[in-house]
Amino acid sequence: MSFLELDRVGKSFGPNVAVEEFSLTVTKGEFISFLGPSGCGKTTTLQMIAGFLDPSHGAIRLEGKDLVATPPAKRGLGIVFQSYALFPHMTAAENVAFGLEMRNVARSEREERVRAALTLVGLAGYEDRHPRRMSGGQQQRVALARALVIRPSVLLLDEPLSNLDARLREGMQIELRQIQRNLGTTTILVTHDQIEAMSLSDRIVVMSKGRIEQIGTPQEVYEQPASAFVAQFLGKTNEFAAHVERAAGQARLLAGSWSAPAPAGVSGAVTLSVRPERISFGDTGLAGRITSRIFQGNHWLFQCDTECGPAIVIRQNDGQPQPEQGAAVHLNWQAADMSLRAARVAA
Amino acid sequence: MSTTATADTSDARAGLSLALPALMLFIGVVVIPLAMTVMLSFHDWGQYKGIEPVFILKNWMEIIDDPYYLEMFWRTFRVAVLATLITAVFGVPEAYILNRMQGPWKGLFLLVIIGPLLISVVARTLGWALLFGGNNGLANKLLMTLGLVDSPVRFMFTETGMIIALAHAMMPFMVLAVWTALQRLDPQVENAALSLGAGSLTVVRRIVLPQIMPGVLSGAIIVFSLSASAFATPAIIGGRRLKVAATLAYDEFLNTLNWPLGAAVAVLLLIALVLIVVGSNALIERRYQEMFR
Repeated sequence: MSFLELDRVGKSFGPNVAVEEFSLTVTKGEFISFLGPSGCGKTTTLQMIAGFLDPSHGAIRLEGKDLVATPPAKRGLGIVFQSYALFPHMTAAENVAFGLEMRNVARSEREERVRAALTLVGLAGYEDRHPRRMSGGQQQRVALARALVIRPSVLLLDEPLSNLDARLREGMQIELRQIQRNLGTTTILVTHDQIEAMSLSDRIVVMSKGRIEQIGTPQEVYEQPASAFVAQFLGKTNEFAAHVERAAGQARLLAGSWSAPAPAGVSGAVTLSVRPERISFGDTGLAGRITSRIFQGNHWLFQCDTECGPAIVIRQNDGQPQPEQGAAVHLNWQAADMSLRAARVAA
Repeated sequence: MSTTATADTSDARAGLSLALPALMLFIGVVVIPLAMTVMLSFHDWGQYKGIEPVFILKNWMEIIDDPYYLEMFWRTFRVAVLATLITAVFGVPEAYILNRMQGPWKGLFLLVIIGPLLISVVARTLGWALLFGGNNGLANKLLMTLGLVDSPVRFMFTETGMIIALAHAMMPFMVLAVWTALQRLDPQVENAALSLGAGSLTVVRRIVLPQIMPGVLSGAIIVFSLSASAFATPAIIGGRRLKVAATLAYDEFLNTLNWPLGAAVAVLLLIALVLIVVGSNALIERRYQEMFR
């Protein structure tokens, strides 16, 4: 059953189209991420759901009710802003209590719910602190508590973790996921960080230039990218020009000196893409030379110059000897690990 | 050891000599005249003998004993407080609206607000005098046409007129102070309050106003101190009879030629203003300490 529904939503600012034909159905309790580079329209879409922007066309429905006609104050959504947007003149507890006050929740219940919300985000005992006297991570938690305490139908997170340092961000990701699972709040996260989107979401909406590129589970968008953009944006990928040759009644897919039986229905020139961690070094395959070798702890990163252009290879640091810089190598991969697209005709 | 000490002293000497020109200027044009004014306020004066360089408390006693002076200081501060209130009541919404304007309008209206600063206070006040002038002044005609008053209101030579003209002259200072505070506001904060269920009026009252209050208060301090020490506007609108501290000091110096008494009035005004400004500033800082950390 669809809980939140965006139906061909679009937004233009004058002649500039920010979001086009955005359709998405979210089920109750789902964690969705809008993932894309800056300027892809993800925040604009979030602002339209929140009600700070009106869509130029299309409809947004929450439990079948038209959301566009509802003013933001009446939508009952919880929002965590990138800048946290805490009220600097109020203490943490007053910040969290504000939404309840606006809902005329009785004082005793209010105090109890504020305390529970602050405990939930691990800030018990910080009730009387002002935001300016808290660290970034603590402010972030207050913002989350403030959004959650009103028991929102949908929680909207606008790059909430982007201002935190890497270690804090990882911890918050795990906590955020746990809180969301426990409360079962339908959540939409806007982010440009693919790792964050993949580790938190049930489904990812990959966006580019105001359009949806792909909607799918983290595995789907990573393993079966629907477009070159998705393949490039989520993780690293190698692209090789390949072509299909028919000889002796058998079609073979060739990329330099690498070859495999061509899948059915593929012919002519194609672009072959394969993730760097799926490539192994072997005795046969795409010939090349290692131009640089970088040690990154749990893995090695190789940059290679091959017959089909530059490539990157990631190998687990599993204790096996790895080829040296300058060594001649052959790049090999399983047919199941690559994806093919018709090659774009050069303009 | 000794070399560092020498280096330190030569550094300090260099600093002192660099600061010397500015220091000399400050001493020459501020400290010495001020000290002389303070000393002057203790000198004696007579119609025929002029100024006598003696140390007496005559002028100060006169100011304290004569209710005329009390009334006049009281009027000075009443006028300044009311002018400050008016600039706050009109200036805060003005700055808020200005801050929310976009594109060419914002620049245009900012110019309209700051524009008066480009015109001499005397010219502006004379403009008000024309509007106020007599029963047939434009201001009265407008009020009577609108049916707000039955008989003409007296503006010239009244405190009402003085307050209106002062409030207008001081408005840019309030608007600029509030506007600066508004610009420091995170625009998302208003959205956050909206999303939590607050109406737009509640957002202004509970979220925006408390955050820009320091700006409003510092604007108020500027407007108050400028209004309390204003000379041209009270002199033109208030005329000879409705005196404030600044015009009184002027009259004592240039008309009565009782310089010591004028000096006492001026020094008292200065002390009162410094106490009020420093005091309220300390209060504001303590009140908003938490916010500004």
